[in-house]
Amino acid sequence: MHEELYKQMAQSIIDGEKETAVELAQKSIELGIPPLDAITNGFVVGVNYIGDLFGKGEAFLPELVMAGEAMKAAVAVLEPELLKLGEAREMMGRVVLATVEGDIHEIGKTLVGTMLSAAGFEVTDLGVDQPAEKIIGKALEIDAQIIGLSALLTTTMVRQREVIEELDKEGLRPRIKVMVGGAPITREWAEKIKADGTSEDAVGAVQLAKKLVGKE
Amino acid sequence: MRPKLTLLSEDLIPRILEEAYQILLKPGIKVLNAEARKLLAEAGAQVDEETCVVKIPKQIVQTALSTVPRTFHLYDYDGNPKVEYGGDTVQFDPGSSGVAVLDPDTFEHKTAETPDLIRLIKVAEQIPQYDAQATMVVCDDVPKDLHDLYRLYLVMLYSKKPIVTGAFTNKTVHAMIEMLAIFAGGQEELRRQPRAVFDVCPSPPLIWSNFGAGNLITLARAGVPAEIVSMPLAGAAAPVTLLGAVTQHAAECLSGITIHQLAKPGAPIVWGGAPAIFDMRKGGTPMGAVETAMIDSSYAQVGKSLGLPTHAYLGTTESKILDMQAGLESGMGALIGALSGINMISGAGMLDSLLCQSAEKLVIDAEGIAMARRMIEGMKVHTETLATGFYDNEINFKGGDFLKQKITMKLFKKEQHIPSSVIDRDSIRVWKEAGRLDTFGRAKLRVRELLASYTPPTLDPAKVERLHAFVLDLARKAGMRALPAHELSPVTA
Repeated sequence: MHEELYKQMAQSIIDGEKETAVELAQKSIELGIPPLDAITNGFVVGVNYIGDLFGKGEAFLPELVMAGEAMKAAVAVLEPELLKLGEAREMMGRVVLATVEGDIHEIGKTLVGTMLSAAGFEVTDLGVDQPAEKIIGKALEIDAQIIGLSALLTTTMVRQREVIEELDKEGLRPRIKVMVGGAPITREWAEKIKADGTSEDAVGAVQLAKKLVGKE
Repeated sequence: MRPKLTLLSEDLIPRILEEAYQILLKPGIKVLNAEARKLLAEAGAQVDEETCVVKIPKQIVQTALSTVPRTFHLYDYDGNPKVEYGGDTVQFDPGSSGVAVLDPDTFEHKTAETPDLIRLIKVAEQIPQYDAQATMVVCDDVPKDLHDLYRLYLVMLYSKKPIVTGAFTNKTVHAMIEMLAIFAGGQEELRRQPRAVFDVCPSPPLIWSNFGAGNLITLARAGVPAEIVSMPLAGAAAPVTLLGAVTQHAAECLSGITIHQLAKPGAPIVWGGAPAIFDMRKGGTPMGAVETAMIDSSYAQVGKSLGLPTHAYLGTTESKILDMQAGLESGMGALIGALSGINMISGAGMLDSLLCQSAEKLVIDAEGIAMARRMIEGMKVHTETLATGFYDNEINFKGGDFLKQKITMKLFKKEQHIPSSVIDRDSIRVWKEAGRLDTFGRAKLRVRELLASYTPPTLDPAKVERLHAFVLDLARKAGMRALPAHELSPVTA
């Protein structure tokens, strides 16, 4: 059933063709295909494929981002249908992302957001230069399970520790997990500041987030 | 606009050529091959049969220059033109005729044998930066009489690429042409679609040896391209000045072209070389010295002014291991060669002044070559507006905005060379987790991958059988009972 359409859906993600992905999502609605099937059997297959290629060094960031964007666009079409049916795509978890105070770099963090969204996380991206209290406040407001902290500078990576210490002080961990990332961030650093994990790239960040919410 | 390096001002080129013509008259050129002297005498040169010194008037040289083809191609096994000599094309091949290979585990320079050459061929075959194969090392497990042709035999079995090679004697050049003709389908076919170019070396200063001149004549008559590899050693076997060396190079090449074209007007020949400055402390010939590269770049400019195809030995080093000296000398040489628009740049893989080949260096040099190639592609105008068009849609003033543009996906590979795993661009974390490898460590892994992914070329079994028989016959005449065994040895009944 609908194998050909599912294949086209996956391909539209692999090619990063947002418009095609949207058209295919609409077509699936017209055909009465359950939106969850369209996502799981079609679009997600494409995201996973490009993620694997990226991990092997055979796909590149533009392909990854375009795939994530196409995925988001397709899901945006299907979501109202899910609501109508009273269903929901299994929500993987809620994530607050931010670049720490004093740091304005965010390309990597934005990528992580795109990939997390594509994987079914609900992502609130606060942007750059965010103080600890604002990040924690937002996490409490939306009942986030994960805070993702980005820092590119060796001078600002210490702010990641501040957020974690603040969370500990408030007794908000392990309820809220913290993942850290950015060019200077090593596994040793993540352990040292007692973060719950770190990843080299956006694809790895998705795996880490899934692990942190127990949905590997 | 393609960036170009020109070291000689416009007024210097005619001065160099004029003095080169003067050198051909005084002191003249020593030609140790009787047939070459006869050809030159018949053309009107003044020959002293006692001293073998020939004085060649400008007129004869210019007649010869007028018949040299401006361009020609080398073909792969399947008959596709893959290498183009002439104009400003830039192509690379590994360095030829090493005697040793670098053992990647012990760092020993071990005497090269059959498996070592095969390993090098397999690696070079899969690297797109190498437009041609070279007969990279001589194999010590066959007798001296077979040294030149046996390495060609192995390249022909393990590769489909065009080949840069050379013969060591007047006798073996005939055998090597015959071997190539077997694969080409005949002498006439080989002439029409040559797969190999043969390096032919004058001896500095100003000498054409019996075998060098003889090879020029044989190659010209067979229509197989010759590549003059003139080697002025500035300060020892050539004037100490770089311009003096360039001028002697011109004299040696002009005399070689004259002999060659007198043997067969219109036969393809290349204005090439492997010059060096002479190191005044060690007495060596530093191929990685910047002055060496300056001589190369300059003589190439002279050759281009005559409309000739060009070649140089660049992108190599004196270093004995794959260290920073090897990297910086090889990388700079490749870049200077590419910017000079030299048609064939030989030398990759070589350490220790062209004595030692290394598969690991081949994969590292390929990255320097790729950078040099990207450099000469220059700044490209891909889009109607240079930048403004990129801001039309979906700009959120965020760093990742442009990653989301279709045009980024479309153009990034045209703008950026994607390096192999030899080049480290990892984060410190991934680098540590991958074992903290340096360039050499990464190169070892890459070589291992390439050896694993190598598949032998599909060749006509009848031709292969004839080649085996031809080489085996020569081996028996040289006192061998059999050729060294290897993966693609003929299956004997």
